Amino acid sequence: MSKSPTQTIMRSTLGRARGLGAAKSGTAHWWAERVTSVALLPLTLWFVLALYRLIGVSAAAVAHWAAHPVNATLLLALIVVTFHHMALGLQVVLEDYIHTEKTRLAAILAMKGATWLLAIAAILSVLKLAVIG
Amino acid sequence: MKDVREALFVGTTTDGRPVRRPLSPHLQIYKPQITSALSIFHRITGVALSVGTLVLVWWLVAAATSEPAFATVSMVLHTWLGHLALFGWTAALWYHFCAGLRHLVWDAGHGFELEQVHTSGAAVIAATAVLTLLTWLVGFIVV
Repeated sequence: MSKSPTQTIMRSTLGRARGLGAAKSGTAHWWAERVTSVALLPLTLWFVLALYRLIGVSAAAVAHWAAHPVNATLLLALIVVTFHHMALGLQVVLEDYIHTEKTRLAAILAMKGATWLLAIAAILSVLKLAVIG
Repeated sequence: MKDVREALFVGTTTDGRPVRRPLSPHLQIYKPQITSALSIFHRITGVALSVGTLVLVWWLVAAATSEPAFATVSMVLHTWLGHLALFGWTAALWYHFCAGLRHLVWDAGHGFELEQVHTSGAAVIAATAVLTLLTWLVGFIVV
């Protein structure tokens, strides 16, 4: 019986087990972008329709509208999913166009920080409108 | 070598011969096509909508702050420039919505034939126009 051919694999066994390759991550980013986009389809439709009732009203009227649990829930869902989707999308744009490692990292961190702050401000505002008025 | 930038394209083959590495054509000399145009427009509208979230957050924060703060936002949004921005936001939203839906269909493995791609691309443009105008038409009737 002849000896079966062998091949030296340079990749570490841990690297093979992880199976992630040079990108160092799997499909998590891509998949999260799709999941959030699917969630945004009904949420966006609801928000655009809801806006018709909010054109030209006072802040008190917006608070009254946001105080309804269904509106508050959908509004918070819209905010969370929108900013998540936005951060995922903007990250790809920055990765595509900024070719210097340090600048790219700084830009992505700045974008993520700004996105978090905007999301927190929006969530806090909705909670205040819904709970305190 | 005519251009200093070509220094970046110089490489060597495995047997050591110098070679000029191939470079893809520049965007400016590519013939504009509905496929590439809609693709970059999906990205542009995505970035534009990201900027648009600033208005949404401003609107929410102002509503949670005080009536005068909210009145300022309402006043700015009711100027012609505010309406123009909101109209652009509506168009960008419906475009990103429809083109995103097209992407999800592709992700599911459908519609890759060239003819289908052209048809779905035209459908995205038409749907964006219809939905944008309909949104504003209903807005003017309702309010």
